[in-house]
Amino acid sequence: MLLIDCPFCGKRPEVEFRCGGEAHIARPANPFAVDDQAWGEHLFVRKNPRGLHAERWIHAHGCGRWFNAIRDTYTDRFVETYKAGERPSVDLSEARA
Amino acid sequence: MLEARNLARRVAPLVAEAPVVLERASVHTLPAHARFSLRARDVSGVETLDHPIGRTWLSEKRFAARLGPDEWLLGAPESDGDLLQQGIERALSSRFFSLVDISHRNVAIEISGPAAAEALNAGCPLDLSEAAFPNGSATRTLLGKAEIVLARPSAAPVYRVECWRSFATYAHGFLIEAASSASFR
Ligand SMILES: [Zn+2]
Repeated sequence: MLLIDCPFCGKRPEVEFRCGGEAHIARPANPFAVDDQAWGEHLFVRKNPRGLHAERWIHAHGCGRWFNAIRDTYTDRFVETYKAGERPSVDLSEARA
Repeated sequence: MLEARNLARRVAPLVAEAPVVLERASVHTLPAHARFSLRARDVSGVETLDHPIGRTWLSEKRFAARLGPDEWLLGAPESDGDLLQQGIERALSSRFFSLVDISHRNVAIEISGPAAAEALNAGCPLDLSEAAFPNGSATRTLLGKAEIVLARPSAAPVYRVECWRSFATYAHGFLIEAASSASFR
């Protein structure tokens, strides 16, 4: 079974986790200042890359904490996991499949 | 606070279940217990709480399992619930915390014997080897389709399975099924 390295609990089986979609999506500081197009993109448009992807994950059947992970969407390999609020050490602009 | 009139009316699940004692793994339901869910940010210096995630503090009658960075499952005999509550309130008196009585929500089942870990692994994906899940470990995890808290209070192959009461029949049946197939291998 695939093991995911929870920043709080260490390596744990995949079935204990749930994915929460793309990470590091900042809500516009002033929603009234953005037009419908930009607001719609903030809500619904995601990167969906083939390669490295920053994602939010929750250790739902474990410590119950949200954290972030860099996962390769092509190989399903978890490159890095880190706590919410931290930045990854991997450079996502160099994403490759 | 647990009120005596509610306590008397409450029917514990699995009370009628007889122990299932098999050659290599046995399943017992444990008696009613007082349990609390504690959430706190800062427990530094509190001996019973300040231990790593995934570990449990134990005394003869009580336990405090650290399930996450700010979450604990506390347990005591049913009659000691008030004492446990007072103890936590005293220990964390100047700090923010939330302490919720969940005694009625949880049911405890014990599985023991040389094949206990093997039986648990029929539905629990954790590595239960001596190195990965030693004496004193406790964590939330899964058993089949139910969420459980699994604890190993001693070096003996004895595991405590805590589940929600609505999952109790399922979890109990699952463990018996798994214990029988682990016993006849
Ligand atoms: Zn965790």
